[in-house]
Amino acid sequence: MANIMIRRGAAGEYVFYLPKRDLEDTITSMEFDQADKWGGEIKLNNGGAYYVDPMPAPPRLPISVRARRMDAAE
Amino acid sequence: MSALTREETEALIKEVLEVYPEKAQKDRAKHLAVNDHSEEQSKKCITSNRKSLPGVMTIRGCAYAGSKGVVWGPIKDMIHISHGPVGCGQYSRAGRRNYYVGTTGINTFGTMNFTSDFQEKDIVFGGDKKLAKLIGEIEGLFPLHKGISVQSECPIGLIGDDIEAVSKKAAAELDKPVVPVRCEGFRGVSQSLGHHIANDAIRDWVFSRDGKDIKTEFVPSPYDVSIIGDYNIGGDAWSSRILLEEMGLRVVAQWSGDGTLAEIELTPKVKLNLIHCYRSMNYIARHMEEKYSIPWIEYNFFGPTKIAESLRAIAAHFDDKIKAGAEAVIAKYQPMVDAVIAKYKQRLEGKRVMLYVGGLRPRHVIGSYEDLGMEVVGTGYEFGHNDDYDRTVKEMGNATLLYDDVTGFEFEEFVKRVKPDLIGSGIKEKYIFQKMGVPFRQMHSWDYSGPYHGFDGFAIFARDMDMTINNPCWKILTPPWQKKPEAEAIAQAA
Repeated sequence: MANIMIRRGAAGEYVFYLPKRDLEDTITSMEFDQADKWGGEIKLNNGGAYYVDPMPAPPRLPISVRARRMDAAE
Repeated sequence: MSALTREETEALIKEVLEVYPEKAQKDRAKHLAVNDHSEEQSKKCITSNRKSLPGVMTIRGCAYAGSKGVVWGPIKDMIHISHGPVGCGQYSRAGRRNYYVGTTGINTFGTMNFTSDFQEKDIVFGGDKKLAKLIGEIEGLFPLHKGISVQSECPIGLIGDDIEAVSKKAAAELDKPVVPVRCEGFRGVSQSLGHHIANDAIRDWVFSRDGKDIKTEFVPSPYDVSIIGDYNIGGDAWSSRILLEEMGLRVVAQWSGDGTLAEIELTPKVKLNLIHCYRSMNYIARHMEEKYSIPWIEYNFFGPTKIAESLRAIAAHFDDKIKAGAEAVIAKYQPMVDAVIAKYKQRLEGKRVMLYVGGLRPRHVIGSYEDLGMEVVGTGYEFGHNDDYDRTVKEMGNATLLYDDVTGFEFEEFVKRVKPDLIGSGIKEKYIFQKMGVPFRQMHSWDYSGPYHGFDGFAIFARDMDMTINNPCWKILTPPWQKKPEAEAIAQAA
């Protein structure tokens, strides 16, 4: 499990940030991005993938959440 | 000499790597790259923020340097104790020229060195008592200080002293913040982790005390901004600040050059955080974005093109009054900028520069050079991360050299082959390259000049670069016994 931060980038895209490793990357896809469900599996531009427990509504961004690493690049 | 092609640059990297043993070769190869605009992501071509190889000459610093030297040190009305043996504090004292106003030793302490001067007995029996005594002495001798930070040196972490407990107790006694910073030098691979630790210490010990946000009487205005990551080297923050104020913004805080504790405490009240040095202070900006909903933007005050771009980008976050203000500022300084470029561009046009610095400069100063008609042919970070290189790839020309945590040997070999007209790097590289006959500017603290930020800084920057490159001394570096035939002919005739 890792603490990550998700925020909106300048172009409105989701940006992923992993403070522990100073890893900043754009999120290419998020499993659930609807009004009633938000989170799930997120895929990064660098090929990594993380899992965030789905939330009942999109949270106020930026937000720090616990995420499970499914597949890391490198 | 014309610019190297992609193949030539690749061949150069390969050639330089040949002297290393196989394992080292493999490791270093990942840190050297040829810039390629088609790469979306820097990590495909360059690896960064990794431990330096044992046995090579690296130019990096330590976590203590990142915290005490960079982030905390310039906060002028606090006293920063270098907790541990005496050397770390003494050698990092006032070397970075973080200018400030105030009376040193009375209400400001920027250039002073406070240390607990660890001896053998402190290592054996622990230094907590000494720290408590030291804090008491500071309060007696310098009652006007606004707070204390305890910057740990290596032994503190090794012997397991509880500086947090001492700090909490002292803070309660003094009724002033006492901030323990766990920035022991051995943490992390470079000073970069020290920046992060220092940012986290500000978050945990300055923004909130005992878990509660601090209360202030501050009256906010809609135009409040803070300058984050400007260390006022040679007056940089001042020449940046006037531009922001002229366009109608109110600069509430300077982090941390010429900054005070009160300014830092007020920062969560601003409307926009302006980040200059992204590498050392993005952490706190991210925290403020999440906790206080303050957006942040990166800006660049090197060179008129980038300044104009940045001023407009900053103004875009505010109303029309500020937008008009930004245009007015750009127009006001345009004649001055034109005069500077008219004077120096003809003398500097086409000159080629190699950079190797830390923090933000390897990419930020490129604009300054380009405004003077110069070209940056190689750049690299001491302690950059992947996000830095992501930003750099776009700024640099195609087929230019990128080097991460370059070793002394590699840098010298690159310079011998690329033959730049100017090198911008640190003090440890300065004399090597000057002896090789290459013009050099020390770009960590502007070679004791500055400021270089803002329009005023650009004029000084242009003068300094001209002064260095076109200095006649470079032509008289050849010693008499290596002089070419005409000298011999004269000698024979005599």
